[in-house]
Amino acid sequence: MAFGSVKEILEKCTKDNIEFWQAVIHDDITERGTTEEESFEKMRIMWEAMVSSADDYEPDIKSNSSLVGGMGGKFEKYSEKGESYCGDFVGEVIKYALEMGENNACMKRIVAAPTAGACGVMPAVLIPVFKRNMADEEKIIKALFTAAGIGQVIAERAFIAGASGGCQAEIGSASAMAAAALTFIKGGSNEKITFASAMALQNLLGLVCDPVAGLVEVPCVKRNVIGAMNALSCADMALAGIGNIIPLDEVIDAMREVGESMNVNLKETGCGGCANTPTGIRIKKELMGEE
Amino acid sequence: MNIFDIMGPIMVGPSSSHTAGAVRIGLITKTLVGGNVKKADIGLYGSFAATGKGHGTDRAIIAGLLGMQPDDMRIPMSFVVAEKEGLKFKFENVNIPNAHPNTALLHVENEYGNICDVQISSLGGGRILVNKLNGIEVNCSGEKPTIIVRNIDKPGYVAEVTSMLASKNINIATMRLHREKRGGEAVMVIEVDEKINEESIKWLSSIKGVLNVTYIKG
Ligand code: SF4
Repeated sequence: MAFGSVKEILEKCTKDNIEFWQAVIHDDITERGTTEEESFEKMRIMWEAMVSSADDYEPDIKSNSSLVGGMGGKFEKYSEKGESYCGDFVGEVIKYALEMGENNACMKRIVAAPTAGACGVMPAVLIPVFKRNMADEEKIIKALFTAAGIGQVIAERAFIAGASGGCQAEIGSASAMAAAALTFIKGGSNEKITFASAMALQNLLGLVCDPVAGLVEVPCVKRNVIGAMNALSCADMALAGIGNIIPLDEVIDAMREVGESMNVNLKETGCGGCANTPTGIRIKKELMGEE
Repeated sequence: MNIFDIMGPIMVGPSSSHTAGAVRIGLITKTLVGGNVKKADIGLYGSFAATGKGHGTDRAIIAGLLGMQPDDMRIPMSFVVAEKEGLKFKFENVNIPNAHPNTALLHVENEYGNICDVQISSLGGGRILVNKLNGIEVNCSGEKPTIIVRNIDKPGYVAEVTSMLASKNINIATMRLHREKRGGEAVMVIEVDEKINEESIKWLSSIKGVLNVTYIKG
């Protein structure tokens, strides 16, 4: 049975004297009737797919609608000049977030984490960490289990689809998962992991899902950037010893409440927010006209 | 949801419902008609019709009809592959009253001239639901091994089929019965826990009054 709360995961960790990621993998073994090796290997395949998707990026192609494409390449060139505000590491995170979002829009292979629209957040933070030897492959995979455990609780208690709960459910969840992974990698305690995750989700509460012309392109690609950046700052805050007043389970419940009270125009219908701006409406008309 | 529904699946973008789900719609239709699909008339409804092109829904459905999985890199080029493999297809936008917003109607023909009509919805997260098969409501997801038995609506068939499954030690997870009208054609949709071997499917097909048996591996 999937965990119904983060509290349950933490209790299992204390009771069995195991780490967060172990509680998650143990649960997966019972749930899917498999072995620890198989489950670990399966997660390794997810990681490999993230890395190979990053390698697959082509700066010269556009999506079908031509709304996105090339931003990752542009950002990389800019960042290499060394004049950005964000610096080398964060610059690379932004670049990967854009590239993954664009890969998805351009019908390339990605790993939904937790959804296709939010596929850029996890790899955007993990690939730069991996490339700088801040974590080896084994550690990254354990971090992915940590993140997946949190995502699973979010899916149980609330939702992870924009159509159900707005973008807070997609990018917000991805950001909460990524914050947990980053905190784990730097040796943060279980408590710090949940603080980082709670902060990340809390910061994105209320984010609406408003894709222009209903396509996972605008504002989705750039939302991956905010999801990744937010994860970095929240992980660093937690590692600095900053806690969060509202516990993670309660932040998840709040996300659900906010999502349920959100107007359907703001839940992936492509009728509100950015989609409903004069420009958004014009683009939709133009694209429909083509069909 | 298991953790690999959260960290995963690996798929070709951009949308789990409009792309990955659309591939699965094609795949399950291919299983239902059997063999290689040679002709397909596809109707798109709702959000599939409105945003399908931008999401590659059309290419995804064709990819599925050609047997590609949702992570197959050839999905964006599926129209080219279709031409090479002799699959002729046509898309149009349709109106289906009361259908789920992401729904497709498919009329397909395989190499032996077998024909199949289905209505399938994409529910989100790549999951799908076969609403109708040849005009009869079946409402199955194809996630578990599923047997669809079409038979003449007369007493005794249900017992015969279930006792056969029991004798093979196959546990029934869910079972639904549908029919057009009394004494007409009826359908049993049976989801089971274990995979079923071909011999058992053949045996089911040989029961008198059973018109057709379809097996979805799940
Ligand atoms: S705006 Fe909607 S479709 Fe785009 S990433 Fe956010 S939740 Fe997904």
